[in-house]
Amino acid sequence: MTEVAEDLKQAERYVGGGVLRKEDPELLTGQANFVDNIVLSGMVWVGIARSPFAHARINGVDLSRVRELPGVVAAWSGEDLADEWAAALPCAWPISTTSFPTPTDEDPRMPDHWPVAKDKARFAGDAVAVVVAESRAAVKDALEAVEADLEPLDHVLSLDEALADGAPLVHDELGSNECYTWTLANEEVDRVFSEAPVVVKESYWHPRLIPNAIEPRGVVVQPAPAQGEFTIWSATQIPHILKITLSLTMGIAETKLRVIAPDVGGGFGSKLNVYAEEAICMAVARRLRVPVKWIEERSENYLATIHGRGVSQEMEVAADEEGKLLGVRARLVADFGAYLQLVTPGIPILGAFLYGGVYDPGAYFFECKGVFTNKTPTDAYRGAGRPEATYAIERIMDALARRLNKDPAELRRLNFIPPFDEPRQVASGLQFDSGDYGRTLDKALELAGYEDLRAEQAARRERGETKQLGIGLCTYIEMCGLAPSQVLAALRYGAGGWDAATIRCHPTGKVTVVTGTSPHGQGHVTSWAQITADELGVPFDDVEVLHGDTAVSPLGMDTYGSRSLSVGGTALFNAAQKIVAKAKTIAAHELEVAEDDLDYSGGKFQVKGVPDKTKSIPEIAFSAWTAHSLPEGVEPGLEATAVYDPPNFTFPSGAHVCALEIDTETGETAILKYVAVDDVGNVINPMIVEGQVHGGVAQGIAEALYEEAVYDESGTLLTSSMHSYRIPSAAELPPFQTDRTVTPSTTNPMGVKGVGEAGTIAAPAAVMNAVMDALHVEGVTKIDKPATPERVWRALREAKGGAR
Amino acid sequence: MRRVEITVNGTRREVDVEPRDLLVYVLREQLTLTGTNVGCDTTTCGACTVLLDGRSVKACTVLAVQADGREVTTIEGIARNGDLHPLQQAFHEQHALQCGYCTPGMIMAALGLIQENGELSEEEIRAGLEGNMCRCTGYHNIVKAIQQAARQMGSPAAA
Repeated sequence: MTEVAEDLKQAERYVGGGVLRKEDPELLTGQANFVDNIVLSGMVWVGIARSPFAHARINGVDLSRVRELPGVVAAWSGEDLADEWAAALPCAWPISTTSFPTPTDEDPRMPDHWPVAKDKARFAGDAVAVVVAESRAAVKDALEAVEADLEPLDHVLSLDEALADGAPLVHDELGSNECYTWTLANEEVDRVFSEAPVVVKESYWHPRLIPNAIEPRGVVVQPAPAQGEFTIWSATQIPHILKITLSLTMGIAETKLRVIAPDVGGGFGSKLNVYAEEAICMAVARRLRVPVKWIEERSENYLATIHGRGVSQEMEVAADEEGKLLGVRARLVADFGAYLQLVTPGIPILGAFLYGGVYDPGAYFFECKGVFTNKTPTDAYRGAGRPEATYAIERIMDALARRLNKDPAELRRLNFIPPFDEPRQVASGLQFDSGDYGRTLDKALELAGYEDLRAEQAARRERGETKQLGIGLCTYIEMCGLAPSQVLAALRYGAGGWDAATIRCHPTGKVTVVTGTSPHGQGHVTSWAQITADELGVPFDDVEVLHGDTAVSPLGMDTYGSRSLSVGGTALFNAAQKIVAKAKTIAAHELEVAEDDLDYSGGKFQVKGVPDKTKSIPEIAFSAWTAHSLPEGVEPGLEATAVYDPPNFTFPSGAHVCALEIDTETGETAILKYVAVDDVGNVINPMIVEGQVHGGVAQGIAEALYEEAVYDESGTLLTSSMHSYRIPSAAELPPFQTDRTVTPSTTNPMGVKGVGEAGTIAAPAAVMNAVMDALHVEGVTKIDKPATPERVWRALREAKGGAR
Repeated sequence: MRRVEITVNGTRREVDVEPRDLLVYVLREQLTLTGTNVGCDTTTCGACTVLLDGRSVKACTVLAVQADGREVTTIEGIARNGDLHPLQQAFHEQHALQCGYCTPGMIMAALGLIQENGELSEEEIRAGLEGNMCRCTGYHNIVKAIQQAARQMGSPAAA
């Protein structure tokens, strides 16, 4: 039996209730099917030899010793495998080099990215050879025996180095390390900034982050040589996108590929990609005609899986004397690393429209320069562009408050867009869907006990205590529900933003849902079953949800960008309406009334005014299957597919409050209270939504206080394992207080907005504003993420004029 | 190769292992108990946590030969007669898992913690889980689940 809260049973609705997850039993008992659990008869193991140098010429790769080892099946260099690739690895977002909203067709500089490097290795971790052996252990031994003659070359690591005149080039053939410069501006900007009574300018740095899904990546490929077919299991967020792109890279008809994302252990954007290893395993399976397996090790993951962020910002706001914002001007330089991965160029642009936050100053300027460096490529990491935008506007709001000696909450209230429930155009060109930012902030401040916190802070300052209190706010907005296909076209993204769902009503009353989304922890199986059960009036337990297999679910655009519910969920909702419409025709026929004479509710059609003349959806499903007496022109069966292309984005928003304590003698920070009040529109499953906020906030706090990928001067990743890259455990993180306000989205019929990234977008600014709130009274004027004890301690020492 | 005898989830198993074979891979690949996951290569993430003679260990840092003659309990071995163990049930009810990859290790670490300590405060649970990484939940609901399970297992956690 499904466990359902009592109030739900009474209400006879699943949506909005805390239904426990259908996904859990297999995950709790060790029966899940992660890629590394797949074992196929005759399977061989693949290992990748990687460059230890940031930049090196490949003079040769000697694999003769490897081939002599017991258990080794094959070994190949990049040159050996060159004829396997029909095309380079894909970058699907060749954003134009000029301004939005009038883009030209001018391409950014786009290097070829081969799965195994042939002439040069361009980051420490770039693949230089592939070994194939009969066991996991034999692969390890084989990798030890690879002798690659690599000649180190001059490299560029920092953004300044990469853009300097005469800098070594990451890609010689491109002639520059600049990928593109992209601008979004309206005309008033220069005038507004030159005339404004108050201008505040700050610079911020977003360190590189390592996503750290707890399941590393993995790939298994099973070839069917006689048919020329391949089945690919990959720990991926994007089985559908992977299928089409692998087809292009491998030169294999898409119809011959089946991609399965089995149970996937987290992604956070890092599995929203098409990776060299997926192509390499395909190539090995095609050459050897046997099943192939590659499982990433964690340290390998740190080198070979994308990093996130790596962005520097100059942020300015113009305001009047009261603090009313007049304009915003943001200049970014983004570290793309050595190659463009699937959506690398588009990541900063996902934030480009949000630098005005929930305030919408009229004058708007955004510019981003994307830069190649000899480091691991960057791409989407939870939030992707929007945490950067939120951080910039929310930190500078606090800076403006300090300049004007105002309370940061008061300054935000002065600037909020007033409550609205119809789409509202903002200066950057977006149409926000709905919002009530003041109500969200009020609720958050009340939960946090803001006045008491301020009183406590004043008292500690008064007493000159060692441990000072910092209080930080973040009133964020994000754009989610990626994405309207026409907007993607204008931004030169290489695909659409729609998604699809199929509902199949079986004659026994059971229901199968097929979704194009590809969950990896988000609980779609549960939420989708809730929606279906309510719309069709069937028990939650009678709904099965299938996903993540292109043979089962041929239509889909997968899971990322907080899109699954607002796009894929809406497709499901629309499919249910199609089912109801067809069922109504059949019900009217069977009840011998006109369709207009039927009411529909709770899965039942009832003849108006005649309570005992009813037909349920399961009853109609049976008669649609027997097809004994269908109305003329109606096909047998009760099944519907809907494909939904959203007309607009959705815009979740919220107010987060962080109160923390900084030990001014040691630099140590401890979060005392973290309050998150989010408006994600209508909610299908509050338990799942809350869980998404918890996890997002945890990653955001980690970004603010702990995490940073660090390279040494030679381009070696120093934070090369989970030992040295600090992801927080339960011991470092506080409990969270969460609550919600609801302004239904005007973009889709369920009024949902999405929640996957909210916490990660809000938390870094809330935490760093709290850090700065504590430190500025000590004279500190600037501090960047992560606010480690050392960095805080140094900032305090410098502020006091002490030695560093 | 060396033959070792390990009692796994109450059943005596004999396997031939290389001296370098890690317990986690013997469990996963020779005994096909794939519930125990591997998440790192530095004994940091805790995804591979199992009980060895009743105490939690990271199975990626135990050689299979070290487990010779000893008892190992994995995530597959804690449900009874088809009923979830109180920890599994509490993780389900408190939504203490999302992707579920860390979950087997997290539950086994929690089981070790409760068995060794009995009564646990929230702070003690958090400190006790220091070696188990979860990237999805922010730990909030994991802590709640362990408190709930500890109460049900007769070791009331302090509020």
